[in-house]
Amino acid sequence: MGVPPVDKIGWNPVSGSQHEEIVLLNYEEYETIRLNDYEGLCQEEGAVRMNISRPTYTRIYSSARKKVAKSLVENKSLLMRSGKVYFDRRWYHCKNCGCWFDRLNTEEEVKNCELCGSADIESFGSPDVKIEGSPGIQ
Amino acid sequence: MKIAITATGNQEDSLLDSRFGRCTYFAVYDTEKKTTEFFKNPNKESASGAGPASVQFIASKGAEKVVCGDFGGKAKSLLEQLKIRMVVLKDPKKTIGEIIQLLNK
Repeated sequence: MGVPPVDKIGWNPVSGSQHEEIVLLNYEEYETIRLNDYEGLCQEEGAVRMNISRPTYTRIYSSARKKVAKSLVENKSLLMRSGKVYFDRRWYHCKNCGCWFDRLNTEEEVKNCELCGSADIESFGSPDVKIEGSPGIQ
Repeated sequence: MKIAITATGNQEDSLLDSRFGRCTYFAVYDTEKKTTEFFKNPNKESASGAGPASVQFIASKGAEKVVCGDFGGKAKSLLEQLKIRMVVLKDPKKTIGEIIQLLNK
């Protein structure tokens, strides 16, 4: 199916002795690198995308870059764990008709299947709601 | 609301098509008028870009939701941008008529 997002585990240094110690990257930090450095968005745009203020975005991005630099310079594995995150799109599974359907991140609670209307639904692949040293998101 | 359903044929007893971009037909069901129209998929034989082109096609027919067996990556991201809801139904034996019945509930 491809979606929900695949769990990224991490990246290891190829050469040299690897430290036991690892660098932990939050999902939010990963996301700022993805939006800023990979997609080429500017910080204002990135902040809008992630639905956070620009100063918060900058703090997270700064933290992310420091971690990536540390991983590179100190030859440490970079590992990603989910922090507190709300995906734009979330998948649900209906136990009644067996379908999967998506809902964009909306204020209203998802109660019924988009196909058959049954209330017998479960959230599929919902992200961990844990904060791992993430600088002040929600 | 208009709902697009990928179909292997142009009858209500045709089966759901498991592909999106290169499905044979699109059935478009209008929940208010309770009517169904079938459209031949112009992108069926496309070498590439069938996913995004099919998204444009159903969007042009006013679809706000789409039912299919699966969606490719390019189609998914475009559907997300256009805010068209996706429903994935892995059951290969469902007919268009049965799906419409489910939608009517």
